[in-house]
Amino acid sequence: MTAAPVISARGLDLTFETNDGPVHALKDINLDIERGEFVSFIGPSGCGKTTFLRCIAALETPTGGTLRVNGMSAEDARKERSYGYVFQAAGLYPWRTIAGNVKLPLEIMGYPKADQAKRVEKVLSLVDLEGFGKKFPWQLSGGMQQRASIARALAFDADILLMDEPFGALDEIVRDKLNEELLKLWERTQKTIGFVTHSIPEAVYLSTKIVVMSPRPGQIYEVIDSPLPRSARPLDIRDSEEFLQVAHRVREGLRAGHAYDE
Amino acid sequence: MKMIAPILTVLAAIVLLWYAGSVALNAKWTYDQAARAGEDVTISQLLSDTMSQKRPVLPAPHQVAQGLWQGLAGQAITSKRSLVYHGWITLSATLLGFALGTGLGIVLAVGITHSRAMDLSVMPWAIASQTVPILAIAPMVIVVLASLGVTGLLPKALIAAYLSFFPVLVGMVKGLRAPDSMQLDLLKTYNASQGETLAKLRMPSSMPYLFASLKVGVAASLVGTIVAELPAGATRGLGARLLSGSYYGQTVQIWSALFTAAALAAILVGIVGVIERITLKRMGMA
Repeated sequence: MTAAPVISARGLDLTFETNDGPVHALKDINLDIERGEFVSFIGPSGCGKTTFLRCIAALETPTGGTLRVNGMSAEDARKERSYGYVFQAAGLYPWRTIAGNVKLPLEIMGYPKADQAKRVEKVLSLVDLEGFGKKFPWQLSGGMQQRASIARALAFDADILLMDEPFGALDEIVRDKLNEELLKLWERTQKTIGFVTHSIPEAVYLSTKIVVMSPRPGQIYEVIDSPLPRSARPLDIRDSEEFLQVAHRVREGLRAGHAYDE
Repeated sequence: MKMIAPILTVLAAIVLLWYAGSVALNAKWTYDQAARAGEDVTISQLLSDTMSQKRPVLPAPHQVAQGLWQGLAGQAITSKRSLVYHGWITLSATLLGFALGTGLGIVLAVGITHSRAMDLSVMPWAIASQTVPILAIAPMVIVVLASLGVTGLLPKALIAAYLSFFPVLVGMVKGLRAPDSMQLDLLKTYNASQGETLAKLRMPSSMPYLFASLKVGVAASLVGTIVAELPAGATRGLGARLLSGSYYGQTVQIWSALFTAAALAAILVGIVGVIERITLKRMGMA
């Protein structure tokens, strides 16, 4: 028996009505994401990668086509709290401690008090922030804050993790480290991850599947299945022949999709 | 400590100007009195007389200071001539009005941020309410309430609330709308209700705005209370003290009451400021 895809888009269209006329943000998106995959969306700004992720999260409503998340409509999936969402900025509440911030979704979703504390401890250790629960966000570096926001998205039982350029605002060294940790975390939690980025090495290093998108209107140009091993990807895999080949394919895809025209 | 010199300089300049003003303004009376008695006035007589008249046009700083000292410390605080007594009457109505106004402002702001209809229907009235001169409204409110048998603290507090709800309303509407779309989206991904969004995100985010408004609001409350004490022959409170001072030409009394009111306002705003600093610091927002 083959399991149904976790996320499935068919002929998805989204047109924003703006004061300057309609903007065709997404055009005819067809994509299946299987359980446990790590899928990156890459493309220039305006290619609709974030918009598509927001459609999956039911933060935007498509104007055409169908989109199923966990076998439900995206809106129902949101109401069922099927996914955790990590934004580009950590967006932690300054008036809550790190533990308090991670606890936020648990409070809203009505987890029992004792369970909340246990889960907070567990996810903080997942993101290597044991012992930082009592600190306030301003006491942590940008990278640690982003890790806390990932912990917040992991705290409740959602098997999908949607990440919108989560490391975009961080410097490259921190970013490398967090990429490595994210892979370990993915391996341990078996979540399905949708990851928006505009860094080719990041996309290739992390993903099992790379979705190359092109702008105006935003559409999928190519879907590349990564030949890299699923587990055990040390950072220096990025110097291997295989890695460079995939990166090359992604860059070619972006070029053919007019990502470099301006 | 470097700031001490400029502060004292400005203070000295003000006091000096004030003395000059009282000599200039009170001189007429001195000259009139001298002319009636057929005497000449020397400079030193002019100076000493203008600064010690019983009913000066502008009392000299030391006369006001004396009046203040007399009013604050020179009597039993239950005496009708004690500024502490009158100050307390005014303060109690101010605080009640401030509490009512703040509550009303917050409730209306919550309504306005959650309902487009309320935004369109309530906000214009709130703005219109503040364009009506409080001096015109206050006597009517006092008289109408008195005819209904409501007297004492409450009518004054209502006028204070009338003035103080507005800054709180405006500040809280801005504050409750302060969270950016990313923070609202985050709660949407948790499928949080409006009430949860209000309690966990909007309210805490609005604190800096609330405190800025409270500072304006508490001062407005005091003004409202004093204005409410002016009409209808109130006999207690700083406003009544101002009024009776002006009936009997007791300028020293007027100025003493004014200074008491100013000091009270400064203390109230200062207290709000201290609470603000502590709260925002604890919330990591300072």
